[in-house]
Amino acid sequence: MNEIKNKTNFEINQVINEPYKYGFKTKIEKEDFPIGLNEDIIFLISTKKNEPEFLKKFRLNAFKKWLKMKTPDWANLEINSINYNDITYYSIPKQKKKLNSLDEVDPEILKTFEKLGISLEEQKKLSNVAVDAVFDSISIGTTYKEKLGKAGVIFCSISEAIQFYPKLVEKFLGRVISSGDNFFASLNSAVFSDGSFCYIPKNVQCPLELSTYFRINDKDAGQFERTLIIAEKNSSVNYLEGCTAPQFSENQLHAAIVELITFENARIKYSTVQNWYSGNEEGIGGIYNFVTKRGLCLGKNSNISWTQVETGSSITWKYPSCTLLGQNSSGEFYSIALTNNYQQADTGTKMLHLGQGTTSKILSKGISCGYSKNSYRGLVKIGLNANYSRNFSQCDSFLIGSSSLACTYPYLDIWNSTAIVEHEATISKISEEQLFYLTQRGIKIEHAIGLLINGFCKDVVTMLPMEFATEADKLLSLKLEGTVG
Amino acid sequence: MNNLLLKIENLEASINNKKILKKFNLEIKENEIHVIMGPNGSGKSTLSKILAGHPSYSIEKGLIEFSRQNLLEMSPEARSHEGLFLAFQYPIEIAGVTNYDFLRIAYNEKQKYLKQDELDPLQFMELIQIFLDKLKMKTEFLNRNLNEGFSGGEKKRNEILQMLVLKPKLIILDEIDSGLDVDAIKIICEGIKKNREINSSLIVITHYPRILNYLIPNFVHIMIDGKIVKTGNMELVNYLEEKGYEQLNN
Repeated sequence: MNEIKNKTNFEINQVINEPYKYGFKTKIEKEDFPIGLNEDIIFLISTKKNEPEFLKKFRLNAFKKWLKMKTPDWANLEINSINYNDITYYSIPKQKKKLNSLDEVDPEILKTFEKLGISLEEQKKLSNVAVDAVFDSISIGTTYKEKLGKAGVIFCSISEAIQFYPKLVEKFLGRVISSGDNFFASLNSAVFSDGSFCYIPKNVQCPLELSTYFRINDKDAGQFERTLIIAEKNSSVNYLEGCTAPQFSENQLHAAIVELITFENARIKYSTVQNWYSGNEEGIGGIYNFVTKRGLCLGKNSNISWTQVETGSSITWKYPSCTLLGQNSSGEFYSIALTNNYQQADTGTKMLHLGQGTTSKILSKGISCGYSKNSYRGLVKIGLNANYSRNFSQCDSFLIGSSSLACTYPYLDIWNSTAIVEHEATISKISEEQLFYLTQRGIKIEHAIGLLINGFCKDVVTMLPMEFATEADKLLSLKLEGTVG
Repeated sequence: MNNLLLKIENLEASINNKKILKKFNLEIKENEIHVIMGPNGSGKSTLSKILAGHPSYSIEKGLIEFSRQNLLEMSPEARSHEGLFLAFQYPIEIAGVTNYDFLRIAYNEKQKYLKQDELDPLQFMELIQIFLDKLKMKTEFLNRNLNEGFSGGEKKRNEILQMLVLKPKLIILDEIDSGLDVDAIKIICEGIKKNREINSSLIVITHYPRILNYLIPNFVHIMIDGKIVKTGNMELVNYLEEKGYEQLNN
């Protein structure tokens, strides 16, 4: 009977330890670019990208601030020191001439995205999703540009936006996350390579779901993408981001920035399925994922909603936040963080209530397996003038095995006595009795574990937009076995 | 003569080095009802969990054959597929998994094992509606999370619903009647009788003779301190009601 018990543990491990399916590397010739970080490098990036003066200044200014900063050490993470001079800050596949359409993209790169389940051939794509694909430091192509153009929506890589809509970029870039916001935000501001840009004009409900797919391919390159989404008055958009990387024994650095701005009555729903390579069973390799994501609800009744499914990365340091400035504006944060082996995640959100009648909701689900560390860290701040604001937070942790760690750090900072703030937290373990019950009904143990994990995450999974279900499923199936129904 | 369904021979089992079953013997043929009664802590629930393959118990001696197969070598799910069903004394709650999804997955897993057709959600709905009616359960019941927030009676009824879906050959009812009112017991026994159309056998673990008005036993066993000390028929139950286990043991 003990054998069965051991077998049970073994099978649990097997389910959780399914090998990483996206760890392949594409052999591609890349353009030479000097390694290291200094003003010349930043100047070179800016020149290569043919950037206007304001951006060059923005970068150099950020770099100066960064030089004076230290790596944040307050998170519940053990981070090996990073030598910022060992990293290539700009890595693009070699190409002979300027591309006019996707047909001219290196077939190897298109194949890479095919393998990842992201077909860039528009005709084969889901008819209601537009995709921007970013390979190392450059956007490979954006689909459905014309269709979106007809609605007045701009969806392109941020490099293109800098070329074609410099005024818009200048007006909004760095307005939500300043170039001196934090160590990694400053680093990104100095060296950011590519990312997506979306602009939804007044009174437009974006006719397609927008999606960006990030792929790190180069071993020595860091990815520093930057995304900027602006939703003007009475507009709305759904956006999804997916990420993968090959398997290397070295750690790669990923320090991204995402800025969202909503004007009056506007709505942005931003969903992430993050599946960077997480390192091997001994914790060797994997992506260091230091991301600053923040939304600004500028207008009355505006809404920003973050949904994230974090399954990859060796280290995740990420707090998608909302600044609720507009009266009656609202912010939401729905999160699933799954860590295994020696993965570490310190993730959560900040809800800053500044306007009157602002509301926010936080729902966080952490699952820790193996020897991993999984922390929720969240700040709810109610400002002096935020009369009658409300927040509800729920943080649930789920432990699998006996060597993993789950922590919850809620910070509540309340300056207004009319506010109502609620926080709930639970912690549970996968119970032998639950598994026994399910297996007694003929459900295989791996399926049973999948059911339990799925059940635990259900409230958040249902927040993912339906349109992205297939893509999200592909990434999720890696670690979350057995989708119900 | 009916075929032998379950044979337990000289079974000794323990948990955390504490011996619970001692030289336990029992034989059950097809289409028989066996009742096991006994004082608290005599090992009745342990027996049911061991039969179903709970991983916490270690088997030290003895053998269990189920449909002529070595039960102890089978995984809990294989035992289930082969037709062994345990109606839990305390059914487990599972958050975020609807009763409907759970039932359909369980059903389809068995179909797959038997190499028969699986049912899609609509087909399964048709199948289950009949059982719901039988147990006087409302359809909404299916949309709730498995056992979550169910009343005691609802949980027990849900166990019987699962039994009807899985059509087991051997059903172990671990105190299915405790905490139920007369009407509920009657409904549950109707459900069980429906399943008996396929010649299934029952092990009824209970403290109360009332359920035996509906499920007439072929044998009544008294279990004390990990083994069966006496076997008889309904008369034994009546004797117990009058004198208690104390008398019997002396």
